[in-house]
Amino acid sequence: MAMLTEVWKLVFKRPFTNRFPAKYAPKNVHHFLRRVQEGKEKIVPPVPTPPNFRGKIEYDMDKCVGCGLCIKVCPTKAIEFRQCEKAEILHCKEGVKLATPLKIRIYVSRCCFCAQCTEICPKKCLSMSSEFLLANEDKMAKELIVDGLH
Amino acid sequence: MNDTTYTIPVGPVHPALKEPIELVLNVEGEKIVGVDVICSQVHRGIEWLGMNRNNTVQNIYLSERVCGICNVCHPYCMVMAVEDALGMEVPERANYIRTIVAELERIHSHLLWAGVAAHEIGFDTVFHYSWALREEIMDTIEYVTGNRVTKAIMMVGGVRRDIDKDRRERIEKAMEYYLQHFHKIEDIFLHDKTIKMRTRNTGILTKEDALKLCAVGPLARASGVKKDVRQDMPYGAYAELDMRAITPDMYTGEIVGDVYDRIIVRLLEVKQSVELIKGALENMPSGPILSEKNYVKLLSILKRAEGEGIGRVEAPRGEDIHYVRLEKGKESFLSWKIRAPTYNNVLPWIPMLLGGEIADVPIVAASTDPCMSCLNRVTVVDEDKNKKYEITKDYMHEQSLKKTRRLMRNE
Repeated sequence: MAMLTEVWKLVFKRPFTNRFPAKYAPKNVHHFLRRVQEGKEKIVPPVPTPPNFRGKIEYDMDKCVGCGLCIKVCPTKAIEFRQCEKAEILHCKEGVKLATPLKIRIYVSRCCFCAQCTEICPKKCLSMSSEFLLANEDKMAKELIVDGLH
Repeated sequence: MNDTTYTIPVGPVHPALKEPIELVLNVEGEKIVGVDVICSQVHRGIEWLGMNRNNTVQNIYLSERVCGICNVCHPYCMVMAVEDALGMEVPERANYIRTIVAELERIHSHLLWAGVAAHEIGFDTVFHYSWALREEIMDTIEYVTGNRVTKAIMMVGGVRRDIDKDRRERIEKAMEYYLQHFHKIEDIFLHDKTIKMRTRNTGILTKEDALKLCAVGPLARASGVKKDVRQDMPYGAYAELDMRAITPDMYTGEIVGDVYDRIIVRLLEVKQSVELIKGALENMPSGPILSEKNYVKLLSILKRAEGEGIGRVEAPRGEDIHYVRLEKGKESFLSWKIRAPTYNNVLPWIPMLLGGEIADVPIVAASTDPCMSCLNRVTVVDEDKNKKYEITKDYMHEQSLKKTRRLMRNE
């Protein structure tokens, strides 16, 4: 009985859930997205993320020194070394030489969003953005590989 | 067993059970006359990964994934064990933050359980209602730690994120919300005729059985065993906060040890957690939150460390124990053992289910708040299938005597 009064109250309230991406679930998502692109329908925006939200990782390649500490602490082994394509002038013990420095590549499909790499990074070249719509059919899609090039 | 007895297997995959576990019930008509529980259907080898693949910092996030709901208690327990092995001191403020986050998790877990319990007895309106109430705590957790479920806040020697002014206000707001809504939850769960009819005198676990089968957590407390790690062996900031184990006689004046009593204990614990968080926020000292801020240095300390440690934490389901052994020069643990609370809470299913009806199986099973993913990193003692699955004190004593004799003979 206690619930009955609550139920009556709830009948007249607005739904608790945010109706993302549309008020009624579209039958075909691709079709729906095409219509959005054409401007025929609008996406109901998702709930805004709080500050310090841990979303898709961002990587600033220019700051990176290739120390590999992030690789050491990543719990899901989502980060790997990669040889930079472009040769740079490096200052080292032997003097100045032309070499391809070490950089990293992050596979977001393996990332567990713990943000441990962003904390251990001595140059602070990694950061967490607020982007969270990362679902994809292809694990190796371009959006899901962060290497600072795109 | 005679020819009027039927054997009904429930599980490993069954709509009444959220996670894989197999129950074998012997029934006569509707009455349950025999119960067997078969565990270890979802072994994932987490301890193996911790001992072979990962270093200690990586293990924190691995232990977070032991269980989706207890994802503060497991890493908390693990870092406590590592700190015990290292002899590392944790700053006072970090202890308070850990306590607050652990209590936030307890509120979320108990409200989730309340919804599931309502769902098991077919009261889906209450299920949706209590989960709607739970959203507030999930949003708070997201605001405080940066993610809804996996909080990633624990670190060896402290916590990773501070509770600043904004976060503190957000937590205080959520606590006010729960204090306002608590009487509603109380009214719906404890004064409702339907819920009382289904849960009163169902799945009774006596105090003797609870002690004999080593039940832990709300299940033991509902049977009148005043057992709570936060009270018995205070960790974190619980020693400074007034923390007392909750038993159902505080509310009704009597202890029956049935499902209704478990609802009472869990709901009162939600209120207690709210008060603990408020107290912790008031008394929180200022200061550092990590004893070793430099992670690179921390990693080298961990690599050089040698020793063993034990962590004990009161998870929402009961006592959680992690044992860790570190060896010099080895980055991963030499040994890591997790004893999750559900391991203790599965054996009491047998006395609780015996004599009951088949229809009561889901709610009785759910009343222990089982977490199979937690349970399944322990090896279950494999007994003869024809034998009744019950370890009595006499049996244990006999086994112990036998072992002593065997060892003496070998010497």
